[in-house]
Amino acid sequence: MKKNLNKREINIPILTRVEGEGALNLQIEAGKITRLELAIYEPPRLFEKILEGREPNEVVDAVARICGICPVAYQMSAVHAIESCFDMAPGEWVRNMRRLFYCGEWIESHSIHVYMLAAPDFLGYSSMTDMARDYPDIVRDGMKIHSLGTRLMALLGKRAVHPVGACVGGFYHAPSLEEVHNLLVQFETCLPLAEALIPFTAKLNFPKAEHEFTAVSLHQPSEYPINEGRIQSSSGLDIDISEYMDFFQQHQVAYSTAQHSTLSGKTYLTGPLARINLNYKHIPKNIQRLLKKNQIHFPSTNMFHSIVARAVEIYYAMIESIRLMRLYVTPPESRIKLTAKAGNGYGCTEAPRGILWHYFEFAETGLVKRARIIAPTSQNLSRIEEDLRHSLEEYGLDRSDDDLRYYSEKIIRNYDPCISCATHFLRLKIERVDSQL
Amino acid sequence: MNIIKPKIAVYKFTSCDGCQLAFLNMGIELVALQEMIEIIHFPEFGISNPNISADIAFIEGSISTPQEKKRIQAIRHGSRFLITIGACATAGGIQALRNFSDVNTWVADIYPHPASLSTLKTSTAISHHVKVDFELWGCPVNSAQILNALKSLLMNATPTARRDSVCMECKRQGHICVMVTKNIPCMGPVTQTGCGAICPHAGRDCYGCYGPSENPNSQSLSRRFSNIGLSGEAITRRFRFINNQAPAFLEAGNLNEKKSK
Ligand code: SF4
Ligand code: SF4
Ligand code: SF4
Repeated sequence: MKKNLNKREINIPILTRVEGEGALNLQIEAGKITRLELAIYEPPRLFEKILEGREPNEVVDAVARICGICPVAYQMSAVHAIESCFDMAPGEWVRNMRRLFYCGEWIESHSIHVYMLAAPDFLGYSSMTDMARDYPDIVRDGMKIHSLGTRLMALLGKRAVHPVGACVGGFYHAPSLEEVHNLLVQFETCLPLAEALIPFTAKLNFPKAEHEFTAVSLHQPSEYPINEGRIQSSSGLDIDISEYMDFFQQHQVAYSTAQHSTLSGKTYLTGPLARINLNYKHIPKNIQRLLKKNQIHFPSTNMFHSIVARAVEIYYAMIESIRLMRLYVTPPESRIKLTAKAGNGYGCTEAPRGILWHYFEFAETGLVKRARIIAPTSQNLSRIEEDLRHSLEEYGLDRSDDDLRYYSEKIIRNYDPCISCATHFLRLKIERVDSQL
Repeated sequence: MNIIKPKIAVYKFTSCDGCQLAFLNMGIELVALQEMIEIIHFPEFGISNPNISADIAFIEGSISTPQEKKRIQAIRHGSRFLITIGACATAGGIQALRNFSDVNTWVADIYPHPASLSTLKTSTAISHHVKVDFELWGCPVNSAQILNALKSLLMNATPTARRDSVCMECKRQGHICVMVTKNIPCMGPVTQTGCGAICPHAGRDCYGCYGPSENPNSQSLSRRFSNIGLSGEAITRRFRFINNQAPAFLEAGNLNEKKSK
């Protein structure tokens, strides 16, 4: 067989340092990318069907199991959707505690990404363990911050993975003043460590890769979005979460059957960088000054700034947690009564990786009739592929396979794709080109 | 002295990644742990060598695709000691609820082009496919369970786990019983301990995420649920949840379903 000198196929079998497992298939012909497929080895778990016929609070326990890294996000989108269906309004205390609970998950999830996955990569180490030899302080501080995140999740949920405290209407229990105070002291002590993370990430060696993209996030007039808001985009979209399906399209791509998302036919970004780009004015002034000092400017079109965006959100979530814990009072009731009725409702919250949209329909029986869940990672898939196309062509397709492979992994990692999150990921067949010379 | 460290691998099958976090959530202790063990494969931690043999293989997730059926055979073949971590690997997980339905209808309801999907009709535990040396229950398992198993193995001992009920633990800790005081249907009497009875501690029912305890009396608990006022369907749902394929829960679910028809 004669080798087509112009044709090259590269296959990255496992994208390490991406939670979950995936692969990327690349076909290059005559100096152009002719095929680029982000393949995900994630078997479908069919959650939307699992939820049918379930009671409201069973849903809250079940949806957590979609993703072990961001269970709170699933629980929060679900409770908001269910409460909107039942016309329940849990009030200020519950609202604050949900924000606090969610801050814990941002800290936990972002610090896994920054310290265990992204920082070792930027600094050229194969894992956090290797990095710890040269940067013992950074790794130690990072693990402290991470454990504060998990402890905050456990404060309201008793454990960090699949917490058991949240329910429709609020929380099953309210932590004691003493528990809150003890954690508050820890947060105050560790706040400087989180602050130091911003200059640390800002000084990493970023490729100069500027690409225009559409950012999508929740938006609120008065604060950085976590649990509520309207859906906005950098290209002027401003809609109620119930209108999501009118503007965003889900489709299976021909080569993979994985569900991808587009906004009016175009790819878009959701997640920390999109959030910060659209909500920079809600970032506290001291953080803005710190960023300026370190020559990082938001909004940014450099995807590599995502790690800085995560650092900012860790620091912000710590500040916000401290504020909310200082306000803490034990409430007369930690939840309002659940009053089920037939109808439908929407919920959309800012998961660590971006907007997580839920839709529930309830029958007269008070059981779920239909559910629809759209996870952040699946929304980012088309964007990742488009980014890869641009970035690799810019980087130079004549580089070695190893270089291309390495650079692709780096780009994909910016999105922190949590593969298990994407309820619509499928396993794909990988076509390997005969590499006979 | 040069110690030969046992080689550890963590493999993922159909799961939510939550059980692997029992390693990552050890934080700095995970770095320390590597003085005693060598992690050779753990993609979520940035280490990927899927083809090196492991002394101890930790398996997260259930078998739900034809590819996974093959992959688990190869992993078993290459590993000396194989431990399942969590409800997915040990009992098929919440995704095994498909086993009670027609998976093709499920897939067609979710995906516009269901034909190209390669998924099995059932989600099954690892032990349905290969020999499992030790099982760790829980959804998720916690770091203490993993460390206990590892410590035993490092000392050449067979790991053990307590399988008495959440209820016993709950009483030991002196929590107010939600079933007695509020008629909330609690799975604590038939669920194995390991979580620290956190649900009753939060004032709510246990929903059985650690799987059945030793000798669970599911019949008597079903009667109790029925006396509280639960319908047959509701009782069936209690058993058919996170550990729906664990034999004791499977049987209890089926019995209650039959009665409610
Ligand atoms: S057992 Fe639970 S926590 Fe563990 S992988 Fe399965 S769903 Fe996730
Ligand atoms: S609350 Fe549940 S676990 Fe605790 S004693 Fe009552 S039945 Fe047992
Ligand atoms: S009390 Fe039951 S449901 Fe709650 S964590 Fe423990 S085993 Fe799981």
